[in-house]
Amino acid sequence: MSIINEGEPAPIMDDAEVRHITVGKSQGRLILDRFLRNWVALTSLGVFLAVIVLSVTSIGAFGIPGWWKWAYNDLGTGLLNGGAPTLSLIPTWLGGDGIHLGEHPFGQTLIGIDYFAMTMRGIQNSLIVMFIIGILVAVIGTVVGAVAGYYRGWVESVLMRFTDLVIVIPVIVLGAVVGKIASEHFKGLGVLGLSLVLGLFLWTGLARLVRGEFLTLREREYVDAARVSGARDARIMFRHILPNAVGVVIVSTTLIMAAAILLETGLSYLGFGIRSPDVSLGLIISQNQTAFSTRPYLFVWPGVFIVIIALTVNFIGDGLRDAFDPRQRKFVARRMKEQDAK
Amino acid sequence: MVTFITRRLIVSILLLLGAAFIMYQLTALAGDPLEEFYQSRLPNKAQLIAARTEALQLNVPAPLRFFLWLGGAAKCLIPFANSCDLGLTAQGQKVTDLLPMAMGSTLQLVTAATVLAIAIGITFGIVSALRQYTTFDFVMTFVSFLLYSLPSFWVGILLKEFIAIKFNDFLGDPQLGPIWIAVIAIVIGLLWVGLIGGEWRRRVSVFIVSALATAAVLVYFSITDWFLHPNIGPVFMLIMSAGIGLVLTAMLAGIRNRRVMLVAAIQVVITMICYFALQSLLDISSIYTLLILGLVTLVVGLVSGYLVGGQDRGLNMRVGALTALLSAALILVDRLMQSWPQFLGQSSINGRPIATVGSQTPGLTGDIWMHGLDSFTHLLLPTLTLMLIGFAGYTRFSRAGMLDVLNQDYIRTARAKGMPERVVIVRHAFRNSLIPIATIVASDFGALLGGAIITEQVFAFSGMGNLFQVGLRLPDPNPVMGYFVVVAVMVVVFNFIADMTYSALDPRVRTRG
Repeated sequence: MSIINEGEPAPIMDDAEVRHITVGKSQGRLILDRFLRNWVALTSLGVFLAVIVLSVTSIGAFGIPGWWKWAYNDLGTGLLNGGAPTLSLIPTWLGGDGIHLGEHPFGQTLIGIDYFAMTMRGIQNSLIVMFIIGILVAVIGTVVGAVAGYYRGWVESVLMRFTDLVIVIPVIVLGAVVGKIASEHFKGLGVLGLSLVLGLFLWTGLARLVRGEFLTLREREYVDAARVSGARDARIMFRHILPNAVGVVIVSTTLIMAAAILLETGLSYLGFGIRSPDVSLGLIISQNQTAFSTRPYLFVWPGVFIVIIALTVNFIGDGLRDAFDPRQRKFVARRMKEQDAK
Repeated sequence: MVTFITRRLIVSILLLLGAAFIMYQLTALAGDPLEEFYQSRLPNKAQLIAARTEALQLNVPAPLRFFLWLGGAAKCLIPFANSCDLGLTAQGQKVTDLLPMAMGSTLQLVTAATVLAIAIGITFGIVSALRQYTTFDFVMTFVSFLLYSLPSFWVGILLKEFIAIKFNDFLGDPQLGPIWIAVIAIVIGLLWVGLIGGEWRRRVSVFIVSALATAAVLVYFSITDWFLHPNIGPVFMLIMSAGIGLVLTAMLAGIRNRRVMLVAAIQVVITMICYFALQSLLDISSIYTLLILGLVTLVVGLVSGYLVGGQDRGLNMRVGALTALLSAALILVDRLMQSWPQFLGQSSINGRPIATVGSQTPGLTGDIWMHGLDSFTHLLLPTLTLMLIGFAGYTRFSRAGMLDVLNQDYIRTARAKGMPERVVIVRHAFRNSLIPIATIVASDFGALLGGAIITEQVFAFSGMGNLFQVGLRLPDPNPVMGYFVVVAVMVVVFNFIADMTYSALDPRVRTRG
């Protein structure tokens, strides 16, 4: 047998051996696994999806009716029992009325609109605002940050000065002024208008982060390799560098979305956001705040749902951060001390 | 460095100009200040319109009007000339007359909230980092996330209902029931267990001691109607002042350092002497007397630390000054408490001290202590609202920062050298973990000023946010611009400070020219 085998190469290992080799996991798979192991983030995701499903199916969306009998702008059949809530969560064996929803679980407003339907409509609006802002922020922030970080030079200066400019004017001030302009000229910002306007101003923080990532990543060897093999700038930026910076984008977009719902409800509370007759959770809180002592149920539910949405999105964002960047989790002070003691 | 600073300064000024121009055009678009006259049937309608057009220069197109406004605003830069001109409101008042009052109350609010949030947030964040993955850490993480997700207007209204109204009702008959005492004692006991930690035997004893102590204090308060006649009294004064000295010594110098302990003890003795000697002076004090007393306290602390001497005079002086200032603060709190019954008895207060609206009680008469209490009761809830949200952020940041620092090699080196854990944490880790927080604090200040708009609206607090909002609603462009100028200048200045502190504190990030 010659040293150089001219025929088929000898099998390096047999089939039994191949079966024992574990297939290497892709980066995405590793991240997903880490996220799925984080029960806080997973529970939050479940709750968040449940809130979406509840709000969409109950009163319907896009003209499709839901399973709930009233609509958010439906005067219904007048005030029942003074508009008091009929929701009961205490079972009969504890001395309550048993678990049931009743006719108007969250009560009615003074003119008899079902408050459950209003709250659901408010949740839908807040979610729409949140998602549109999220998408806008992710797209604009990534593109601006990528271009600034990749090209540097005057492009970077111009883009970064522009982000500085937006940072100088607090977002809530800008949102209020734009909301006022819209109510002056276009009969108020609709849900879409509000989210577009806010989205167009909120991307600056993300742009700075992405730029920072690109500044370090563009010096890597694989970028040089791509350039030498003739890849165009756009391809290098979005096919080669961006996948390595995607963690930053996803995590901070999530956190901005959580902040966005607080911003939207805050602006609506001040009267510069979504306006009546449409519904926002902030708006109905502002309409009912004086009735706190007499009709607290008008005040509690919208707030509770704002908190649930913001909290779950924040937890999801934190879970994503841990999944994308496990470095933070390495150090355990106590465990190290225990090892020292041994 | 000088070129870097000048370049940053020039860029900042250009930024301010650009932002002001955009803001001016947007405000001009936000509505017609003459609108209220169009529907009116007043006989002198034409004159009114003419007068307001004249006062607000409405006949000049907005892009040009901006430069007229800028010309007036530029005069603010001339020192001592007092020729500042930010235009008139729709009612014909000068904006420059309105701004200082509004700025005063908003800054009071925001500063108090920031300082408290930083102090409490950093403490909890660092303890949370040192006890990573314990129950305490998980609870703190959850609490900070929850606070971070709270809409400020909702919290404000809840606080009004549950703190202000309930507490005022409670003062009608200040007796804590046994259930309340038990709940508060257990919660405080658990908090101490979380903060101190350790093995389970130590935890149990910490819990029992702190819960029993809390319960005893609460029972004492209930029996003696303390909430109507609060005071610290010489005995508690001594205990608390000695406690402050002891804790500061233990944290900064270690309990074995006798010299530092001596310095702290000197401060405690001086505090007790002052407590008895200064009461009559405090009765007739003004704000300036208090400032001078504060300075004297600082100097006494520093000098006594210096005189005690030893190897590390700087450490002596730090502990001395901190103990002296904190103990002096106790004396002030005690003096404020002595005015409480008189404050409650005022006809305008009528036994319901915690205010839900406004920034001061109209028609309140009295000395500095009465006004101090009045500001305190008005600031309490808005500050709390702003603080809760800031607290959440700082806890997260300082926890992350501390964990980051604890991972560094120089911490391992310090441990390997045999440094006591206290020195590693306080001297090596804590100081360095403060660097990123310093920049966050500076750049957050602007956001906090923006957030104050909502809080001021909830509590009908007449600060800058109120000026902005009312101006925007009318619409009345000049107050809106006045608000904007103040906020934007603050944001730019604080961002500038943030950059400077960062490069001053962390030599690794010195920027190229």
